[in-house]
Amino acid sequence: MTAFKSLSAAMVKGFLRDRLTLFFVFVFPLMFLVVFGLLFRDSGAEKTKVAVVGDGPVVSALAESGALELEKHDDFEAARRKVDDGDLPAVIVARGGAVELTFAAGDQTQAQTVLGVVSGTVDKVNLAATGVVPAFSFKAQPVEDASLKPIQYLTPGILSWAVSISGVFGAALTLVSWRKKQVLRRIRLAPVGPTVVLSSRILVSIGTAVAQGVVFVAVALTPLFGLELTGSWWLALPLLVLGTTAFFAIGMLVGAFCKTEEAASGAANIVIMPMAFLSGTFFPLEKAPGWLQAVSNAFPLRHMNDGMLDVLVRGKGVEALLLPSAVLIAFTLVVGFIAARVFRWED
Amino acid sequence: MVTAPETVVGLCARPYGLPMTGERAAVVVSDIRKHYGDLKAVDGVSFTVAEGEFFGILGPNGAGKTTTLEIVEGLRKADSGRVRLLDEDPWPRNPALLPRIGVQLQASSFFEKLTAKEQLETFGSLYGVPASRAAEMLELVGLTDKADVRENKLSGGQRQRLSIACALVHDPDVVFLDEPTAALDPQARRNLWDVLRAIQQRGKTIVYTTHYLDEAEILCDRVAIMDKGRILAMDAPATLVRGLDAPTHVVLQRGAMTVDDARAITGVEQVQEDEVSLTIATRRPAPVLSALAERGTLDGLQVRTATLEDVFLSLTGREYRA
Repeated sequence: MTAFKSLSAAMVKGFLRDRLTLFFVFVFPLMFLVVFGLLFRDSGAEKTKVAVVGDGPVVSALAESGALELEKHDDFEAARRKVDDGDLPAVIVARGGAVELTFAAGDQTQAQTVLGVVSGTVDKVNLAATGVVPAFSFKAQPVEDASLKPIQYLTPGILSWAVSISGVFGAALTLVSWRKKQVLRRIRLAPVGPTVVLSSRILVSIGTAVAQGVVFVAVALTPLFGLELTGSWWLALPLLVLGTTAFFAIGMLVGAFCKTEEAASGAANIVIMPMAFLSGTFFPLEKAPGWLQAVSNAFPLRHMNDGMLDVLVRGKGVEALLLPSAVLIAFTLVVGFIAARVFRWED
Repeated sequence: MVTAPETVVGLCARPYGLPMTGERAAVVVSDIRKHYGDLKAVDGVSFTVAEGEFFGILGPNGAGKTTTLEIVEGLRKADSGRVRLLDEDPWPRNPALLPRIGVQLQASSFFEKLTAKEQLETFGSLYGVPASRAAEMLELVGLTDKADVRENKLSGGQRQRLSIACALVHDPDVVFLDEPTAALDPQARRNLWDVLRAIQQRGKTIVYTTHYLDEAEILCDRVAIMDKGRILAMDAPATLVRGLDAPTHVVLQRGAMTVDDARAITGVEQVQEDEVSLTIATRRPAPVLSALAERGTLDGLQVRTATLEDVFLSLTGREYRA
């Protein structure tokens, strides 16, 4: 077996046998994906529920339109109490030709929605009763806009974040532990070049990133979460590779300055956590204030995130890879160069 | 009374302490120095190790043994002086030389979570050694039944033996061992001695450091005693001890005979009595022992000859403390 192959095999075995590492690489980010995915799954889809007392053509029309969820009540006082208590936003009372709406003024948005729906329905029923042909026709059609369902931005975001975790931690902890345990020294005393050692370690990290991609996307694709991939999803592969090298370089830099695994893991967290929050891992950056968007441009994770989003769920082509790839390569080269300069074989 | 120092200094003055065997030299170290600020870690050390020799560098912690070894191995650059290792320069890193030397580092220098066999296979692959050699090395160090045990589950002695096996997996000519028996229990130390002897029988040159003088006395062909960055004496352990001309101590149970009776025996130089024992110092132990036998006082008798610790004491004027 060549040194390259056996070193890679040794590191893969060490990785697969380390439960804590496996947890932080796979389970931990997956927990975020599951929790946020389930939490935000139905956001914006919930219908407003109102109380209804009585019956008539307006109530039938309301039920037919499906714009509101109706809760039937026989007793107005009981329904009214629910509104007063804040359990329901409004109560509709239909008696013969009169429709009366009592609504809570606390939540303006909800009040306006209920008001608009009910008055619109009353107008429509009135118009139909007169038998007059409407002077203006009205048609509504839904379109897919740029804003995404939560799982659509969560999956690329959390995948990129997970790759940054495995890249930075993997490089930093391996470097520190090998230096501390004198494995680096041992390797230096063997007739293998540093390139062989480094490239086999990077290969293992890239393999890890691809495995993360497969696992996370597979989970998100289940009906429970309902991720929809676009045709250009395979363009995520180059991003996984380049993202790994960039984060690996950062990890090497962190590892060069830390003497113990504990220090390295703390330092890696200090690098990753703010970067993850400011790079749109857990929420789309479009909703963030301008200054935050500007700051986030400094992070490689932000660009990896953008690229992942574009190719995984927005269906963009190769051209979407250009900027993220350029940034990630630049990070790899610059940070890698500094890391090589401050690299130490031993304490 | 003590005339030893001159003798020993005489030995030390021999250029580079040439080995007795007269074979080809595996290691030639000439006047190397390494200073860290004011600390003279290595302060003009010279020695030569012949091929096939078992050479020990002894001394208390902080004597400069490890730094000396690291300079010879090519892990550190000496401030001045010269090292030739198998007729090559070890510094700067010399890839042509590396396959011919084996270095045992700390007992923890292993890949994480790998089994004993996998460690040997991985280290072996760095030298292009086939994986099949792992089994042979495990047998050499007596770990065949631990082949599939992960490194962190091995005992201290087993880890030491595995780490020596890792240093030998590519069949080097010269083996460097840094304190291989440190922190081992007596049984594990003795097991390791057998391993070290087996390695020497394979024709390897062994250079090792230890702070156990008794161990070096048993194992080494020659030793260099170091203190404060310098070599104080260098020769075969028996020669060093003999050169000391120190008396043999015969220890009897207290009350076996009176101090005056002991003094009356021919050849007795000094008699001391404490709470538990009566100690007789003599340079002619044979007549003293036969006189004791005639009196029937051999019960519980102990004979203690001079050791390397006495050599250290006479060289430095202080008790040896590891």
